[in-house]
Order: sequence, then C-alpha cells, then structure tokens
Amino acid sequence: MSSAAPAEVQAAAVDGSLAAIARARWEALKGGDVGFLPVLVGIVAITAFFTAKTSIFFTAVNFSNLIGQMAGTTVIAIGVVFVLLIGEIDLSVGYVSGIASVAVAEFQMAGSSHDYPGLVAIGLAIGIGAAIGLVQGSIIAFLGVPSFVVTLAGLLVAQGMIINLLGTQGVIGIQDKQVNDVANYVLTKNTGWIVAAIFTGGLALATLGAYLSRRRAGLPTGNVALAVLRVVFYGGLAFAAVAVCNHYRGVPLVGLVVLFVVVLFSYLAGRTTFGRHVYAVGGNAEAARRAGINVKLIRILCFVICSSCAALGGVIFASRLNSVDLTFGGGTILLDAISAAVIGGVSLFGGRGKVVGALFGGLIIGMISNGTDLVGSADWVKYVTTGLILLAAVTLDTVARRRQAAVGR
Amino acid sequence: MIQTVRMSETATATTLELRGVSKSFGSVEALRSVDFEVRDGEVMALVGDNGAGKSTLIKCVAGIYSIDDGELYFDGKRVSIHSPKDAAKLGIEVVYQDLALCDNLDVVQNMYLGREERDFLFRLKESPMEQKTAETLASLSVTTLKSVRQPVATLSGGQRQSVAVSRAVMWNNRVVFLDEPTAALGVAQTRQVLALVKRLAEQGIAVVIVSHNLIDVFEVADRITVLRLGRNVGVYERDKTNQQQIVQAITAGKPDVGAPA
Repeated sequence: MSSAAPAEVQAAAVDGSLAAIARARWEALKGGDVGFLPVLVGIVAITAFFTAKTSIFFTAVNFSNLIGQMAGTTVIAIGVVFVLLIGEIDLSVGYVSGIASVAVAEFQMAGSSHDYPGLVAIGLAIGIGAAIGLVQGSIIAFLGVPSFVVTLAGLLVAQGMIINLLGTQGVIGIQDKQVNDVANYVLTKNTGWIVAAIFTGGLALATLGAYLSRRRAGLPTGNVALAVLRVVFYGGLAFAAVAVCNHYRGVPLVGLVVLFVVVLFSYLAGRTTFGRHVYAVGGNAEAARRAGINVKLIRILCFVICSSCAALGGVIFASRLNSVDLTFGGGTILLDAISAAVIGGVSLFGGRGKVVGALFGGLIIGMISNGTDLVGSADWVKYVTTGLILLAAVTLDTVARRRQAAVGR
Repeated sequence: MIQTVRMSETATATTLELRGVSKSFGSVEALRSVDFEVRDGEVMALVGDNGAGKSTLIKCVAGIYSIDDGELYFDGKRVSIHSPKDAAKLGIEVVYQDLALCDNLDVVQNMYLGREERDFLFRLKESPMEQKTAETLASLSVTTLKSVRQPVATLSGGQRQSVAVSRAVMWNNRVVFLDEPTAALGVAQTRQVLALVKRLAEQGIAVVIVSHNLIDVFEVADRITVLRLGRNVGVYERDKTNQQQIVQAITAGKPDVGAPA
C-alpha cells in the first residue's frame, strides 16, 4: 500500500501464483508496509468488544446512526489526507468546518437579504472553504511559512469569525429542506440497492479494465481468482451495508455523500496525474521539482482540497443538528479528523497512505465514540481510548518508516 | 592545440561542444575559456579536483547557470541554453548525485515522473507506462529488479542508480551527464552501474561521466577531459594514457602531456 499505484495494478504486478503473492505481501510486511491490516483488526476488535458490552451496538438502528455520526469527521479527514500526503499539516480544519456551518446557515436564513436555495448555500459554504484553503496554501507555498503556524493562525482567525458572526444571537436555526436533507434524508430501499449495484459494477469494471489493458500490453496479470475475490469482498460489504440500513429506515443520504467523496478523491489521488504528483511532492519535493512538477501549485491545491472537504464536513454537521451555535468547529473535530487520517494509515511524514484510509480511520473513531456513549462510560474513557489508538497508529507509522529505511539499503 | 583537435573532429561530428566557455561568480572565475566536447556513442570522463569547475560546467549545460562568454554547439549548430527546459528540449539530461528519485513511488512512477501518460479523463495509463519501463530496463540489461512495481525505497543503491540512469535514457536523450554515479556504491554495484554506462554508449548516446575515482574512469571512459582551476588542461585518450599522467594533470596541470584526442 505504500506505493501510489492503484491496488489492482500492484496486485497484478506480482506473479500469478498465490504462493508468490503471499511471499510478496510478506516481504512488504517485513519492509514496514503493514497496509490496512491493523485497521481491519481494530474494526473487528472494537465491534466485538462493544457487541459483547451492549445489545444495542450491533443493530441496524445503531449502524444508521453511526453513519450519521462519523460522516462529518470522515469527510474532513479525507481532505486532511491530501495535506498529510505532501508532508504538511492543517490545524484549521475544525474551525474552517465551523465557518462553513455558519455560512450555510446564514445563506439559507429566511427573511434575510441572503436567503438562497439550500444547494446554493451549500455551494457558497464550500466555496468559502476553498478560498480559505487558497489563502493558507498560497502563504505556505509562496512565502514558505510553516503550515503548522499558518493553519494555527487560520484556526484562531476562523474561531474569531464564528464568534463574530454568531455573536448577537449565538445560534441560527436551519429551516431549509435541502440543507437539512444532507444529513437527515434517507434513501428509499430500492435506491440503496441501486447504489450498491453501481458501486460493485464500477469496481468490477475498473478491475476488468485493468486486467484487459495489462493483458493487451503483455504484462503479468496477477491472480484472476484473487482479483475476483477482491471485487466480491468489497461489493459484498456494500450490499451488506445497504441490507443492514434497509432493515431500519434505509441508507442515509449522508452515507452516499461520504461514499461519493471517498471514490472521487481516491480516483484523484490514485489514478490521475495530479494524484501522482501529490505523492511525488510528499516523497521528495526536490525530485518532483527537477522532474518539472509545479510543486507550489500542488501544495496550494492540496490545501484547497483540505479546506473544501472541511467545509463540506461543516455543512454535514450543521445539517445534522438543523442549527448552528457557538460550539461549532470546536471540540474534538480537528483532532478526530487528523486522527482518523493517521489511524487509516496516512503517514505524518508525507508520501504514504490512501484516501480510503480516512474512511477506515473515521469508522474506528466513530465506533469508539458511539460505543462508549451507548455503554454509558464517562467522556474520559472516550478520550483516553482514542488517544491510545492514535498513539499506536503513529508509532506504527514511525516504526514502519524505520523498517523501510533499513530494508532499502 | 585544442583548436586543431576540434577541426579534425568536425568530420566525425560532435554531439555537444563547448567553445571558450567562461563563467564567473563575482570575482571567482569558475570556468575560464573552457573547450569541451562529447560525441555520439562515446563515454567522456570529466575529472578534476574539488573546485576545478566540473559542477559549474554541468550546470551551465543543464541550463541552471547561463554562461558569461563562449559558444555552445549541438550537432554542429550553435545553440543557447538558458533554462533546464532548453537543455531538455535538446536532449541533454543530467543525473545528479542525489539521484532525484521519490522513495515512496515505484520504479515505473519514478521513470515517468513529471511526464506521465494520461488519457482524456486525466487518467494515468498504467499499462503502457509499465510496459515501456520494462522494455527500457531490459534494453539496458537492468535485470536485478524483482518487479517494476517495487517502491524505490526497497531498492539497493546500485539499483537506484540504475533506475535514475535508465530514466535519463528513456526519453530519447542524446547527451547524458552522470555526476559521481558510483560515489556511494559497493564493488558489485559499481560494476553494475559501470556496465550500464557502457551500454548507454553502445546505444549511441553521448555519455559524460564525472568521477573522482580514476579506476572507474579508466574502466568505462573512451576519453578523459581534465579540468584544473576552471581551465581545460587536456583531453586524453584512455588507451594512450595512464592514471599517473591524469593525476599529474589534475594536480599540477600539464596541458602539453596529453596526446591529442
């Protein structure tokens, strides 16, 4: 997973026999590339733990709730992935999401001079996020100010702006249906099935396309059975998720939004020139520059993506509560989002990790938060657990890097 | 004398030629009216002590510095190089000592870095890129790689150097400068890279190798240009000289000793 090539390309590049694949995987593991193994183990362990503790955890109702609870953080974490990939950090995502929450509430406010339709309000909020990213990214790329400081300043400015905007009334209710639907609309059961089918079909087509193009080029095509198994596994997960949701009310729209963002940015990071250059800048910025890559532009675009995702996350938060107040953007949003990306295997040192990791990381953080609430543990348990898992993830990343350096020479 | 050398060579056509190139940094004259040439299919070594002007010469040709005085000829035609893009357009590639590879990317991705093939959806065309990479490496007999989808971080020093050199070749470059390609390598890996250098020349590429290691130089070079304090003190044919003579030229500068190349 350390390489930026699409999974099916990496899988296919190894000789076809299962033994060879297992050996290659083992070599990669020894080289410090643990892939998603720890994350998957973590998800299973947390599920088992809370299922044993409370009968509510492993139910259709709670699964639907979980999707709503983790959606905002996960979308923000996906943006954070891009900033981490180039070896930078964005501390402003929490309050930038708060700004977007306030913005979307302002722009839909009935009876005001700026009462726009819901979708326009959402677009404006995300646009504001993009603009913040453009400013922060430009300062970092052109002036060389460390991203830590620039985004720390951004954090404070954004927090101040939220207080300023909400100051007099302290809260804005959201009446607009489109805005509220983002986090609260539920797809009909049939639509849910169609989404799962499209997802599985898309995955199958991508896998088939890669297989055919490799065969045409006379390259090793890998183990076909394993490729089919991979499609069946992820397709099965999608159908299972829809089945569980449909058991209650149906798939929440916000789940579809998260899926869309994951697929879109996975495509961008894994299959386009831009994504390749992001990994290159994170791996060796000087090499990227000498290869003719516009390093400054890549840096700026990553911060724009990050802040835009943060803004979309803010819209989801606002929509979920049908209102915004002074607590928006604060709390654990920032740390949860960065933790989600890091737990999902994205390296803090740049150049390693995948977008889909943010989804897994967001799931883990969401499950801990959801589970501890259900069990009725005190808040401190939630913080301590999340903290320890984050520490474990970063330690794993650091050790993996050292292993890789040791194997490399 | 160098003038007569050049005249006699015009028949066999030089690929890249510098005539009377000078470059100063303030009061420091890094290059003083230096002549230099390299032909297709030839390995030219560029040697000299620290501060002799080797790096400056490379950077002038690579378009990182622009020259103060003198002329550059490519295929006999007068050219000017003001930026790395000019150099790349002519087909001059420099493989720097620190290799400029991305550790986190695999071999294919590094070979195509900044020149990725893509379709109308901005999608990377992975298969053709992988195929071409495998072909290029095979044509240069770089056979020690397990897979072209290995991250560069997992490669040995010699393999990394081979990838960096192969990248320079893949883009149909005419002249390849190698800056200290064997500096950090062990014995076996050095041999591997030197063999690669010879194969480049066999493919008709004009290769310039900068090295402090005269054993390596005598193993691969056809001719040796010695720089001393910013001047070209002689061009020697490998078969008509010896290490002692070169060392003397490097340290004391004896322009008359060298047999004209």
